[in-house]
Amino acid sequence: MPDLAIRCRGLVKRYPPAVTAVDGLDLEVARGECFGLLGPNGAGKTTTVEILEGLLAPSGGEVEVLGRRWGEDAAGLRERIGLTLQETHLYEKLTARELVQLFRALYRRGRDVDEVLRMVSLEEKASSWYERLSGGQKQRLAVAVALVGDPELLFLDEPTTGLDPQSRRQLWDVVTELKRRGKTVLLTTHYMDEAERLCDRVAIVDHGKVIALGTPRALVAAHVGQEIVEFQLDGAADGDEAAFAALPAVQAVRRVAGGWQLVTDQVHLAIPALLGSLTARGQAAVALSTHRATLEDVFVTLTGRRLRD
Amino acid sequence: MTERAATPPPGPAPAPDRASGEGPGALWLLTLARVRLFYREPSTLFWTFIFPVLLTVALGIAFRSRPPEPVAIGVVAGPGAAEARSALTGQPDVKVTVLDEAAARAALRTGRVAVVVVPGASPVLRFDPTRPESRLARVVADDLLERAAGRRDVLTPRQDTVTEAGSRYVDFLIPGLLGMNIMSTGLWGIGWVIAELRQKKLLKRLAATPMRRWHFLFSFAVVRLLFLAVEVPFLIGFGMLVFGTPFQGSALALALLALLGAAAFSGLGLLIASRASNQQTVGGLINLVLLPMMILSGVFFSSANFPDVMQPLVKALPLTALNEGMRAVLNDGASLAAVAPQCLLLLGTALVSFAVALRIFRWS
Repeated sequence: MPDLAIRCRGLVKRYPPAVTAVDGLDLEVARGECFGLLGPNGAGKTTTVEILEGLLAPSGGEVEVLGRRWGEDAAGLRERIGLTLQETHLYEKLTARELVQLFRALYRRGRDVDEVLRMVSLEEKASSWYERLSGGQKQRLAVAVALVGDPELLFLDEPTTGLDPQSRRQLWDVVTELKRRGKTVLLTTHYMDEAERLCDRVAIVDHGKVIALGTPRALVAAHVGQEIVEFQLDGAADGDEAAFAALPAVQAVRRVAGGWQLVTDQVHLAIPALLGSLTARGQAAVALSTHRATLEDVFVTLTGRRLRD
Repeated sequence: MTERAATPPPGPAPAPDRASGEGPGALWLLTLARVRLFYREPSTLFWTFIFPVLLTVALGIAFRSRPPEPVAIGVVAGPGAAEARSALTGQPDVKVTVLDEAAARAALRTGRVAVVVVPGASPVLRFDPTRPESRLARVVADDLLERAAGRRDVLTPRQDTVTEAGSRYVDFLIPGLLGMNIMSTGLWGIGWVIAELRQKKLLKRLAATPMRRWHFLFSFAVVRLLFLAVEVPFLIGFGMLVFGTPFQGSALALALLALLGAAAFSGLGLLIASRASNQQTVGGLINLVLLPMMILSGVFFSSANFPDVMQPLVKALPLTALNEGMRAVLNDGASLAAVAPQCLLLLGTALVSFAVALRIFRWS
């Protein structure tokens, strides 16, 4: 049996009368793994994470975190985990260093305050009041506060939502560094690029259930394929789905908003064949593009929806 | 599952340098955070320290002790007016004006004269019995007219005028403002602040750490106590220096009353904020508790003005107990034993509100 940081079975959270936020969710996260929970808003990611963090009681199912249950030793578990909430506000009129010091004092053991500020590149802002930090700086400080207890397991709930590219990159560096140190990280996101870049494995969550699980690469290979060719037809002409599917090296055909997608593992064969076929029919392709298949494509394949619809 | 629970959690053993990173204690830093948040927010400084002083100054000036007002008597012009006028004048604290009928009525109605004399063989005294100064003026006018008409006084009591310390309005006001201040800093300083922390999910964030819950609540209590030790001497000292207000009773009794009052209102603040997720709701609830007590509990005027049927309610309010207790100590020199009932009522309020608040408190 692998050494698990998180194990949950049949997790359910209902908000009577009619809402089921989490609907029988199973999850296993190994120690040292960076695991991503992906899904659109309202999929149940935050509810799941808050149950795992011991902040919400589940309506049903079993949860074990670091080999313990929340009912057994909540105080002991809190010493060993760190977290950021989806929306963190800290004391507006305390400085970054005062805030990290305060949270440091709440844990029996932990990291050096200045070291943590350095990890999130906030050493120059150490004496600034929280209210005067930018959105990205506040989010990094929330991560600093989560790290100062030197947790074995870190939960990050949408750590980069709404951040500028530079701040996102800085947060990614922090997570990468934590992975290097062998910490377990569970993060939620609706950015597929973030998950592909950071996560060893991801679970795609929709309507409170895991609908796909695996490494980003394996998920893409299993559900989509290697490459996506995307195009639109010139004018009002309608495409012939069967004809596209019959093209060499094309594994699947999908109609997407305003155009078509072909899934292939050999772009160099598929594109000439496509163009030849269109020319033969007197049609032309516009806005032709190809991209490596991503988790976004996996989500579209599985649900027929885009992530941020 | 029980087997697993019995074994120690897997994972790395606690680092041997566990104690090396120990900084200052959680309780100390939580308290320090509250102190910093207080003095970094100028508006709380204003409401706690400056506002009560401004209020005292304003009201102290408005209601300062003045020499007695002269009794204003109007005489209706006509036959006999001159005789009536000469009968009434000559007294140092009586002011007589002769007016025609219409002007006399208007003067009485607007309060420029307190009684109107209509001269004649049997004079008429026109006055408004609902106005105390009007009733007084009637007696004075009646007395002077009778004496001028030849009445002989059989008794001549010797007059002995005194002014008791602690009987002025400002003496009444200072303990009331002190009580009001303790009430509002308790309700707002605890209730409003906790509601804000809950709304910002900072309570939830703190609850996700191993923080001991009592450390958090205790840090509020420590800070409340600290500011109490500043605000009470500050306001009393201000009154004594500027208005010469008395401090007749035991300082210990006053300190105990202030402490129990702060505990009672902090407990009520905590209770009000124990569940509400919205700061505006809590603000409304605080006002709902605070405003009736400001009126009923004798801050600006004596609660004895309310009818007898309301007195049991008025007496049961914690602010009434606090105000009465502090007034008794400051103005009447009451001992600790004399204010024991007030102390007990405040203690009871504190215990009940804290017990209920802690039972129903929500962290998220």
